[in-house]
Parts: sequence; C-alpha cells; structure tokens
Amino acid sequence: MSDPRATTAPRRHLLSVADLTRDDVERVLDTASSLAASIDREVKKLPTLRGRTVVNLFYESSTRTLASFELAAKRLSADTMSIRSAGSSVDKGESLKDTALTLAAYDPDVIVMRHPSIGAPQLVARLTDAHVVNAGDGKHQHPTQALLDLYAIREALGRLDGVRVAIVGDVLHSRVARSLVQALTLVGGETVLVGPPTLVPRGIGGLGCEISHRISAIGDADVVYVLRMQRERIGEAFVPSLREYTALYGITPARVRAGQVVMHPGPMNRGIEIDPRVADSEQALVTDQVRAGLVVRMAVLYDVLTVAPVEARERAEVA
Amino acid sequence: MLVARNGRSDSLTLEGRVVSPTQGIDESLRIRVEDGVVVAIEPADAGRVVIAPAFVDPHVHLRTPGREDEETIRSGTEAAARGGYCAILAMPNTDPVVDSMSVLGALVERAREEAVVPTGFMAAISKGQKGEELTEMAELAAGGAAAFTDDGRPVVSAGLMRRALQYSGLTTLRLALHCEEPSLSRGGHAHEGVVSAELGIGPYPSAAESVMVERDLSLSAAEDRPIHLMHLSARESVAALDAALANGAHATGEVTPHHLVLTDEAVRSLDPNTKMNPPLRSADDREALRDALRRGAITCVATDHAPHARHEKDVPFEDAPFGVTGLETAFAALHTHLVIPGVMSLETVLERMSAGPARAFGLDEPRIEVGARANLVSLDLDAEWTVAEDSFRSLSANSWLLGETLRGRIVQTVADGRLVYEA
Repeated sequence: MSDPRATTAPRRHLLSVADLTRDDVERVLDTASSLAASIDREVKKLPTLRGRTVVNLFYESSTRTLASFELAAKRLSADTMSIRSAGSSVDKGESLKDTALTLAAYDPDVIVMRHPSIGAPQLVARLTDAHVVNAGDGKHQHPTQALLDLYAIREALGRLDGVRVAIVGDVLHSRVARSLVQALTLVGGETVLVGPPTLVPRGIGGLGCEISHRISAIGDADVVYVLRMQRERIGEAFVPSLREYTALYGITPARVRAGQVVMHPGPMNRGIEIDPRVADSEQALVTDQVRAGLVVRMAVLYDVLTVAPVEARERAEVA
Repeated sequence: MLVARNGRSDSLTLEGRVVSPTQGIDESLRIRVEDGVVVAIEPADAGRVVIAPAFVDPHVHLRTPGREDEETIRSGTEAAARGGYCAILAMPNTDPVVDSMSVLGALVERAREEAVVPTGFMAAISKGQKGEELTEMAELAAGGAAAFTDDGRPVVSAGLMRRALQYSGLTTLRLALHCEEPSLSRGGHAHEGVVSAELGIGPYPSAAESVMVERDLSLSAAEDRPIHLMHLSARESVAALDAALANGAHATGEVTPHHLVLTDEAVRSLDPNTKMNPPLRSADDREALRDALRRGAITCVATDHAPHARHEKDVPFEDAPFGVTGLETAFAALHTHLVIPGVMSLETVLERMSAGPARAFGLDEPRIEVGARANLVSLDLDAEWTVAEDSFRSLSANSWLLGETLRGRIVQTVADGRLVYEA
C-alpha cells in the first residue's frame, strides 16, 4: 500500500532559497514594489486572490511572521485560517503527516508553515496538493525573511548588485543567516559572517561567503545584519557569558560608521546583540523590514499561485 | 553459537563460474550437494551464474524481542536468505535488552523455530546497555552468545570499557564496539561539513567516532584483548585502525554498503532514509573506507540492517530515527556501485562479505570443498531489478535504495546445507 502521495502536475512552492533563480527573486521583488505602490495609491485590499484559501500552520511560536502572512493573505482577499500547535490536535500527539492530510481535505491553495524540524515543509509538499510556503523550518531556511531583507536593502540603498552585508552573531542556529547568504549570492551581493568560532558552522564557506571572528570585519560592509543571541547558548557552552558576547560582538554606535544601515530580523535583545541607541537610530531598518515583510509575502503568495514551476517554464521555452 | 530452524538437508546441483577468493578458485564447475554436504566438484561448461561462498553479516537488527512489527527472526532471516547470507549476527539492543541468560535463552529457543538462516545473538556488554555494570559474560558465553556489544550506544566510560575487556577474557568472545563520544555527537543528525552547515542540520563530527576508536584501540592494546570496530565511517578512524594494526593490534573493522556508496550529499534530499548513525560522511571519508576495504585493513562488510516502521520514517528528517535496511540489497548495491565501475574487484567484495566477517567473529569460514556443509550463493551479475517498497521480505522498507535499479541478483542461497532462497 502506498501513501496517497500527490502525483498532480508540478506546482510552485517556496521551500528554500536554493530552489530560486535570480529571475525568480527579481520578479518577486518587483511584484512587491508594485503591490506597495498600489496599496499606497488605492485601497488597502486587492481582489487578486479572492476565492483562494491560505492556511497558516505554525508549530513554533511566532508573532511577526504569522501576523505578516495573515495580513498579506487578507490584503489579497484570500480566505485564511491559522493553526498553531498549542491547543490543536498536535497537542494530542497527531503526527505532521496526519495533520497535513487533514488540512489537505479542505483543498487549501497555499499552506504556509513553520516547524522546528528541517524538512517538514518538504514532507507537507509531498503529502498535499497545496502550494507550500516555508515560513521557517528548524535551522534550515526562512526564505520569505531573506526576500523581505533583500527588498528592504534595495529600498534603502537602491541596488543589490555588489552590496556587501556583514551578518553578525549566532550563524550556527540561524535559518535567517543561511537563507540570506544564499539570496545575496543569487543577486550579486557579498556576505561576510562575523561571530565566535563556536557559532559559525564549519563548512558554511561552501555557500560562497567570507568568515571572520573579529567585529572589525563589519567595517567595509554596506549593511550590518544583526542576529539574535539567545541565553540558552551559554548553558550549551557556545559562549561563556552574554557580557563577553556583547563586549566582543555587540553592535554599538562606535562600531557602526556613517552610511551603513543596520538590520535585525527581530525580536531584538536590546543591550545584548544590539545597543538601543543603534536600534533606535536613523540607520536602523528594523521597521522597514516589517513593512517589507507584508508586501513581499503578498508577492510570494501571488507568485506561487500564478507562476508555473521552473520545469514547466523550461518545457514551454523548448516548445 | 549459530542456531537455525531444524529441518531437512537438501540435495542439489549448482553449476557456473565458481569464485572463492580465499581458496583461489575461479573456474567453471559443477557442485553437487547431497544431504547438505558438498560431495563432488567437477569441471563444467561456463554457466550463466557466479557461485560463491555465501555471505556472513556480522551486524543485523532483528528487533526481536520488542518490535516485532518492524522485524521478526523469521522475516529478518528470510531477508538474509534473499540477500545471499548463510549466517547473521543479531544485535542485543532490543526491548528488553539481551543482557541476561533468560532473554538470550528465549531468543535461541525462538530461533530454533523460526530462523531460516543460522543466526547468532550478541549479548550486551553492560546491563540494560546503560554503561554502568557488566553483564554476566561467562554465563552468556556458555549459553551461546556470539559476541558482546552495546551497539546503538557507546560504552561511554573508559573505565567500564577497560573492565569489559578484562572480564571478557574469561570467554573466547570479543567485544564489538559502537564508537561514539556522545558529548561530540549530541544533537547531531548529519556529518559536520559543507552539507550540514548549509542546510542547518545539527552536526555530528567525524571526531565523535574517531576519538572513541582511538580510545578503544589503546585500551585493547593495553589489555591485549581483541576488539571489533563496528560501522566505521570516518577517514580519521581508518587512520587510527591502520596505525594500531601496524603495531600488531588484535582489531577488526566493518563498513556498511551505504557508507561505501553514498556521501553526505545524499542528505540534501532530506529523505529520512539517508539518516544513519554514524552519518554518511564526505567523499574523502568514503574514499578512505573503500581503500581500507580493498587493502584489507577493514575486513568486513556489515549491513547494519536497521528496520524501522513506516510511520516512524514518514516524518521530517531531524525527527526520524537513525538507520536503514540492507540485507536484501547489500550485494547488488556493492556490485552496481563498486564492482561494475571498477572501484573494487568482485573477488574483494565476495571475500569481505563472507570469509572476512566469519574470521572476525571466529565463525567457520564458508568454503567450497568436498566434505564441507554447503554454504553457497548463486549470483546473476547481469540481472537488473528495481528496489521497490513492496518487494522486501523484511517487514520494513526503509531502504536508501528505494526506486533505484540495481544490477546483480541473488538466484539461490544455500545455508548450512539447506536451500533457503530461490529467485
């Protein structure tokens, strides 16, 4: 007996930045720009996805990503439903497979999902006919975060090609860092990863980024991208104390130079990885990132539903 | 030490290209077996098949007792028969653990009813495999244990390992060791390297294995007691074994088909059937393992056949248990991926799947000679077949080869004088 695995025509998902081409990224960013313009110009709600159903399936606590996806779907007039692991059948021990099959019975067009385990969105993509958008899986990928970061950088600096980004902090545990490095490489940007040797994974250079353990390496960057530093890392002996971490890698006004912009995926630990004076300065793009998140996620929902998968497009070109 | 279902001995004739590397045989012969014993070997015309001494697998999980939904003695030994094996050794990490004569005795009794292929049972090194107190090794050895191992878990304490080496000297059995330093492997789901870094999978570094290999080789030398190193995966472990062997160590090693064929690049698929312990490592590590097997530093191919229920593997990569099945695909996988491309000779593969593991555990080496019990496998090297989920005799289908077409098929298996499989 085989699983009732989906065997329908290939359809577009957004599971990993690794699956995207430069054209894909630029198309999504351009769609986001025109959505932003029309939202400013006209009404806040567009009829684009009327009659479509978007399910948000969140197995990890999330405020900003879930809110952003919910609002993005509503702005496009889609029907939305959000399921959080707490208080749902997941609490009763239901497997991801069974939850996915149950949701699939409602024929959702898109399943947006966050899960603590790498590969969870791939499993749901295999088991259902929905387009799956990865909203974060383990330490693996968070592709919409990378796309919104590119959007915010393009808005602030007017370009992506040749932009140099320093990503500072706990790269080892960061799906945001992995996705962003890959996305920047795709559009002609450069990255340097800056953090203690215990928190920069061995082998990450394979993604085409530079690595430094000194904070001075942020000096020639256009963008300083600050990652969250979690207290748990001390118990796991990755760093001896937050005090020493902040002394070595905290982003203070003295370490940021004029002309640089500072980004953070949130939520911020003020006074730990980022000095509040930097967080509240003109150079910080943190709220721009949140705004970018809305239009980019609208663009992603539109894109997965309307653009054919790469293989289908290639076939069309051959024909 | 090995037990099987009581039954008839068969009479049959096999004819083909007979290859027995340890005996220096490679010619077209007819082998006549009567009542389970080889009675005549005579020249014949070249046949379609290759006939070789049947295989010995020193590392099988039969999941019995406790998880008979995943494998039983009957299904696991039927899978072994289909894979060309005439003997297998089963691991004791069951529920309950095989750490007392009562559990071992019950298994041996059951194997006399169910085992299609002669089966030996290893007993645990420590009670409950907890790494705290030794098992009653003398009684277990007298009761038929094949070796001692805490496989599935390392013996964390160097002190307990030393005592185990010393005390097991009361028996003729050796310790088979799962080398893993848990403080280095904790949270690890894939080899620490480019792939785990890029994908963000918890890293399981090579050193987690090699530091324990080095420790155990040191203790083995200090106590002058033999050890067997299970499922080696890392270049550094091979280097440690080489160095010890050069100093006259009494150590043997095994390697699995999946570590010989795949690298951690396979993990990019996020397919839970690419998740094993130890993990798939780099191309560099794989080359070191192949080289060690060719040279004879590693003398055994072991499948580490690890059945898992379908629902347990139908989960995201990091949530899935470690392990894949291998009994029914081992020869075909190695023939397809190593012999045909010219990485390794057929003779080397046949020797490391049969005489090598038998010698490592003091079992009778399967030989093709008049007067010997027949332990023969007949192979069709040109036959192609596709590994399909519903094609296994094993109760589990968590194979890393699902969907792949392999070349080389077992046509007949004769184990201890009995025809136990025929395609």
